[in-house]
Amino acid sequence: MVRAILAPSKRPNKHLAWQMNTGIDLQGNFLQTLKDIGLPAGVAKALWIPLPLFLMLVTATVGVLVVVWLERKISAAAQQRIGPEYAGPLGVLQPVADGVKLVFKEDTLSSKSDRWLFTLGPVVVVIPVFLSYLIVPFGQNLVITDLNVGIFLWIALSSITPIGLLMSGYASNNKYSLLGGLRAAAQSISYEIPLAFAVLAIVMMSNSLSTIDIVQQQSGYGVLGWNIWRQPVGFIIFWIAALAECERLPFDLPEAEEELVAGYQTEYSGMKFALFYLGSYVNLVLSALIFAILYLGGWESPIPIEKLAGLLGVGETTPWLQAIAAAIGITMTVLKAYLLVFLAILMRWTVPRVRIDQLLNLGWKFLLPVSLVNLLLTAALKLTFPFAFGG
Amino acid sequence: MNLAQGVQLVSFAILALMTLGAALGVVLLSNIVYSAFLLGGVFISISGIYILLNADFVAAAQILIYVGAVNVLILFAIMLVNKREDFPAVNSGSWSRKGATALVCFGLFALLGTMVLVTPWSLDLSGAIANTVLTIGQHFFSDFLLPFELASILLLIAMVGAIILARRDFIPEKSSKAETETPVLTLPERPRTLASVGSSNKED
Repeated sequence: MVRAILAPSKRPNKHLAWQMNTGIDLQGNFLQTLKDIGLPAGVAKALWIPLPLFLMLVTATVGVLVVVWLERKISAAAQQRIGPEYAGPLGVLQPVADGVKLVFKEDTLSSKSDRWLFTLGPVVVVIPVFLSYLIVPFGQNLVITDLNVGIFLWIALSSITPIGLLMSGYASNNKYSLLGGLRAAAQSISYEIPLAFAVLAIVMMSNSLSTIDIVQQQSGYGVLGWNIWRQPVGFIIFWIAALAECERLPFDLPEAEEELVAGYQTEYSGMKFALFYLGSYVNLVLSALIFAILYLGGWESPIPIEKLAGLLGVGETTPWLQAIAAAIGITMTVLKAYLLVFLAILMRWTVPRVRIDQLLNLGWKFLLPVSLVNLLLTAALKLTFPFAFGG
Repeated sequence: MNLAQGVQLVSFAILALMTLGAALGVVLLSNIVYSAFLLGGVFISISGIYILLNADFVAAAQILIYVGAVNVLILFAIMLVNKREDFPAVNSGSWSRKGATALVCFGLFALLGTMVLVTPWSLDLSGAIANTVLTIGQHFFSDFLLPFELASILLLIAMVGAIILARRDFIPEKSSKAETETPVLTLPERPRTLASVGSSNKED
């Protein structure tokens, strides 16, 4: 009965174990349908490959629209304003209007700026963020790729972003931009280390880097099995570091408007600015999703569905139960992520901005040692209580 | 040749072209900032080749360490000191200089080429390893333990050295003779006091 939490993940048995079959095998169904029509297997596979990628791109972009609307509305509520209200019901079309405005805006290029690097900068910032969606699972089988290196890929890809920021800061031929780019890079590399240590503690407990295994290690006990109880320090470190990586408000020094105009974005307008804007919000949603996966049990609902189904006497493999479980899984993941986004937006209007020296001191002199101690403590607990810490 | 092999061949060709092109750009471009950014391109292309070789962990580590840390630090250093000045071309008339460079480069290339061709590589064609991280970890703590520990000691030494260089207050002050010299060439920064945590607390 405690198997779900205790057993180290046995990947070859994925489709045999009782609990692992709750998702719906969309890929298998799609390929089977195409084969039934009479297409060869290779063509069917080639037709399938772009579908999840495209779906994820659309999901990420729609997610950004939602977050922009939420940000405007919640910020307005925090300041006792109304916020956007004329574009669509409750102003839900406001982000679309913003996007359309940015598309039609003139794409300016400041004099003596470096045209190639200036164009390439936003692209280098945005692409790794979208690529990281490869490893975000929304259900047992609802993930683009279940990689062995899963969560490590996210850490690796997020380390590319500072290069794009440096690139755009340098190419703008503007002192504020250069300073903003340098600040962004310094901040990003400082907070990557505590972030990686916090993730490492989780990985140590779940014996795997794969995001699917990390969620499965938390499953079975509902809300009680989530990593947030086993990693109380780790999740605070992760949240602080993730906010810093996203350049959200307590840590939005690279674009601190009182000091640097808009940092590395100063010279940008039109679609290039829109890429930065999109990238920052996609990164926020991505960080919230990863947080939900690492600490809040991913697609698991607070009350385990399997247990409920067992009580009601419905089999694990009943088709309608699987459909409902998959729907609840997606809803849970997205719900947890947006709860975290809500927290981030509230923090934006609650906490004042830190200074750059305070930021670096916090990163190197506080978060780094604390995350190292947390890692050691997790290792010790894992050796002492292997039944509770993934042994 | 099925679909997978074709994709693999095409990706290898693209990655090889990208690696070679970016590497040539690093060497040949006169703008040092372009060279640094292209170096990042080289690292990313090499990580793509690692992926083609089924070395997923090595590929991710390559991106994290070489692109995310090394290349960012190189760029940081360049941008903190670079004044965007045009360097005067070195005396390009002397063919002896170019000849010597070509000789050294060709010699190195020949040496490496011979090494690649002569070494009896122990190729493992049994296919992809299911869990590369596990395999690498087991090797690190069994037959490659000594190189692994030596590398970590090397990194530790480098870190201690960097900390000592960064905290200049541990270096003893020069004698009073240095102070009598004209302070024209000193860096425009605040004079550093002998800072230790206990004493500064007392002063406060």
